[in-house]
Amino acid sequence: MDKVMNLFLCGVGGQGILLASEVISSACMNAGFDVKQSEVHGMAQRGGSVISHIRFGRKVYSPLIEAGSADLVVSFEMLEALRYLPYMNKDTKVIVNTQKILPAPVATGMDTYPADVFAQLSQRGLSLFPVDAFDIAQSIGETRAVNMVLVGALSAFLPLDEQTFMQVIEKRLPEKIRKVNIEAFLKGKETVKGMLTKT
Amino acid sequence: MINKKNIGEKVLLSGNEAIAQGAFEAGVSVASGYPGTPSTEILENLCTYGDIYTEWAPNEKVALEVALGASFAGARALATMKHVGLNVAADPLFTAAYTGVKGGLVIVTADDPEMHSSQNEQDNRNYAYAAKVPMLEPSDAAEAKEFLKIAYRISEEFDTPVLFRTTTRVAHVKGIITIGGTESSKATLGIEKMPEKFVMLPAHARRRRVELEKRMLRLKEFAETFPENRIEWGDKTRGFITSGVSYLYVKEAFPQASVLKLGMAYPFPDRMIRDFASEVDELFIVEELDPFIESHVKALGVECRGKELIPAMGELNSALVRQSITCEPARDLFEPVPIPMRPPNLCAGCPHRGIFHAISKLKVFVAGDIGCYTLAALKPLSSMDSCICMGASIGTAFGMEKALGKDSLGKIVAVIGDSTFMHSGITGLIDVVYNRGFSTVIILDNRTTGMTGHQPNPSTGTTLGGDKGAGIDIEALCRAIGVKHVVTLDPHEHENAVKVLKQEIERPEPSVIITRAPCALLPEMKKRKDKKIHTVIEANCTGCRSCLRIGCPAIEWVPLTPEEAKQSGYKETQKGHSHINMVMCDGCGQCAPLCKFKAIVVAGPGKGKTDG
Repeated sequence: MDKVMNLFLCGVGGQGILLASEVISSACMNAGFDVKQSEVHGMAQRGGSVISHIRFGRKVYSPLIEAGSADLVVSFEMLEALRYLPYMNKDTKVIVNTQKILPAPVATGMDTYPADVFAQLSQRGLSLFPVDAFDIAQSIGETRAVNMVLVGALSAFLPLDEQTFMQVIEKRLPEKIRKVNIEAFLKGKETVKGMLTKT
Repeated sequence: MINKKNIGEKVLLSGNEAIAQGAFEAGVSVASGYPGTPSTEILENLCTYGDIYTEWAPNEKVALEVALGASFAGARALATMKHVGLNVAADPLFTAAYTGVKGGLVIVTADDPEMHSSQNEQDNRNYAYAAKVPMLEPSDAAEAKEFLKIAYRISEEFDTPVLFRTTTRVAHVKGIITIGGTESSKATLGIEKMPEKFVMLPAHARRRRVELEKRMLRLKEFAETFPENRIEWGDKTRGFITSGVSYLYVKEAFPQASVLKLGMAYPFPDRMIRDFASEVDELFIVEELDPFIESHVKALGVECRGKELIPAMGELNSALVRQSITCEPARDLFEPVPIPMRPPNLCAGCPHRGIFHAISKLKVFVAGDIGCYTLAALKPLSSMDSCICMGASIGTAFGMEKALGKDSLGKIVAVIGDSTFMHSGITGLIDVVYNRGFSTVIILDNRTTGMTGHQPNPSTGTTLGGDKGAGIDIEALCRAIGVKHVVTLDPHEHENAVKVLKQEIERPEPSVIITRAPCALLPEMKKRKDKKIHTVIEANCTGCRSCLRIGCPAIEWVPLTPEEAKQSGYKETQKGHSHINMVMCDGCGQCAPLCKFKAIVVAGPGKGKTDG
C-alpha cells in the first residue's frame, strides 16, 4: 500500500477519542505500517470539540491530514460530522455515531441543534454509515465502550485483520474492562459489515 | 512501564513520551519542570522510570535552577516547560550559558504555534540566538528520542546548556520509535569548587563571556558536519531549507525536491547553506512562526523567499506549504456549514463556576490568571476582564488600584488558582502588602493543577512521584506575608460566598479569599457515592433562565412553542423550561439556590458519572 490512508476522528471531549486513536494507531504499527497520529491536549479539551488525525502507510511524513483528503471519518457525535466537512471529499466514507451531545449554545437555548445532519451529509454525496454506538454500548452494559464500538465499525474498512486489533485491546486495556470492550468492538464491526453486504 | 521494553523493540510513542524514553536512555538522573501544554507528559512519563529523580517545581525558573545545580554536581539533568515557561526561566538560562555545565544539561521548550492551549505564539528559537546556546529541533517522535541523546553529548562536549525545541505537532504526535541502549555522563558526580566558572561576578563573567564566543564559533564549525544537518538531494529546480515539523510538511508537499534539513536550529551551518543555495535554482525557507532561518540566510547575502509566501502566524500544514509555494488555487472543498459552536467550558460540578457567578453580580473588574478558570471569561459567566501570564492577576489588579486611587475600592478583584499562586502569585501579594494596597485576592483552591491534567503542586503536598505530604498551607502563608484578613470558604455554598465577597472587596486593607473545593475531575470526586444529583420539577419552572446563567453543561433549555407550552400546563407565553441532564450532573448543587421558584431539587443519590 503505497498510498497513505487518512483517518479522521472527531467528537466531544470525554468520549474516549484519544484512546480509540491509540488503539487504531497501535494496530496499524503492529500490522507493519508506518503511522503518525496527532491530537491536541489542554484547554482545547474541556468539553470542546476534539479531533484526531491518523495517517498510515509505507512511509508517513506529515502528521496532519490535508483538507479534503480524509479517506475515512469517524464522528463520535452526530453534529461534529458536519463541523469537519472541509476535511472530506465525495469519496470519503463517514461513520457517524447517532448520539447527540448538546453544545453549550444549544443547551442554553441560544442556538438550535440542526435537525437534518444526515440529509446535509448525504446531499454532498458522502457514503454514510450511521452507527447507534451509544445504544450498542448500553446494550452490553458499558456506556463508556462507545469508543470501541466505533473502532470496531472503522475496522471494517481497514486492511488490518481482527486479530491485530484484539491483541492491541488486550494489551492496552485493564483486564476488568477488556471483555466488554472486545464485545463492543465486535458489535461495531458487525453493524458496519451488515451495511456493506446490503449495498 | 515503558522502560521495561527491550532494546530494538518498536513502540508507538508521542513526542513527549519519546523525550522521556530519550532521557532514560541518555542516563538523565535529575529532571524538573512545571506543567504546561504541550510539555507536561514528558515528566509524567519520566517519573515512571524507577531510579530517575523527577519533580514538579513551583515554577520554571526554579526547575531550571534545580537542573543546573544537578549539572554542577555532575549529573545529566533535564528541565521541561512550555514556551512561555522559558520566559520565567530566562534569567538562569542566560547566565547558565556563561557558566556552562558539568553534567549535560538540556532544557526542553515546547512551543505552541496556533495557540491551541496558550496565551501567545512566541517562537523560542529566538532564545537560542539571544542566550547564545545551541538548539536542537526534532521533526517527530523518533527524532525527539535520538536528538535528546545527542543533545546531552553536545552539552558535555561543548560545556553548554542545550535548548531542545518541540512544537505541539511534535510533542503530541505519536509515531514509531525504536528502543535504544542506555549511556551515561562523562562527568563524575561530586562537589567540585570552580568559582571562576560557577560564580558569575563581573570579573569572572567577563572571562566566561569570551569563552562563550569561542564556544559559539566551535559550535558553528560543528554544525557544518553535524549529521542531523543534512541535505537530501532531489530535483534542483526548487530547494528548501527547513527544520522541525515544517520539514515533514515540505516532504509531503514536494517529495521530489532538494531539502536542507536543519536538525540543529542554532547556530547555523553557513557553508552548508551557501553550498546548498548555489546548487538549486530557487531557494525557499519553510518554517513556522518567525523568519528565524530566513533572516539568517538573507544576512549571509543568499537570495531566498520565505515569509513573503508563507504565513508567519499559526501552524503550517502540507497543503498550505504547497499552495504558498506554487500559488496554485486550493482544491475544491466542501464549504463549512454554519452550525452551533462547541467551545470548551468549565465542567459540570466545577467549584469555580459558582464563585464566578457571584463575582459577575458585583460588576467588578476581574484581573484573571492562567488555568481552567480562564474559561470564565466566556459567555454566559463573562466574568474575567484580563489574563496575561502566570501570576499576573495580583500585580495587574494592584497596578489598577494604584492608578485609580481610593475610588477603585470595591471595584477590582484578582482571581488566581492554587497552583498559579504557588508559581508566581505570592510575589504579587507581597507587593500588595508591602506597598500598602487594599486589593482583594481570590485564590481558587481546587487542590490540583487542573488544566494541564491534574498535576499535584506545593499546596497539595503530593509529589510527582506520588509521595503524600501536608502541603503548603495557603492560609498560613498569606498571613505570614502580612495579610490580616484571610477567609476560607466553600465555593459550592453560594449565599455565603456572595456575602464574604461583598464584605471583603469593600475592605480598605489587603484581603485574601480562599475558595476551597476539589476539582470535580479528581478521582476521589468522580468516585464519590453520595452525589446529590439534581433535577428540575418542570411544573415549577417558569422559564426565567436564571439557572442557565451559570453555564453548567448539565443544565439544558427545552424550547416550547405556544402550543406545547399550553399542553404542558404552562402559560402560552412561556418560551421553554430548564432540564437537568442527570447523567452529566455532578451534584454540586450550585444551581439550586439560583431558582426562586424552588424548581431545582435533589433527585437522590446518583451513580458516579461516567468519564468515557
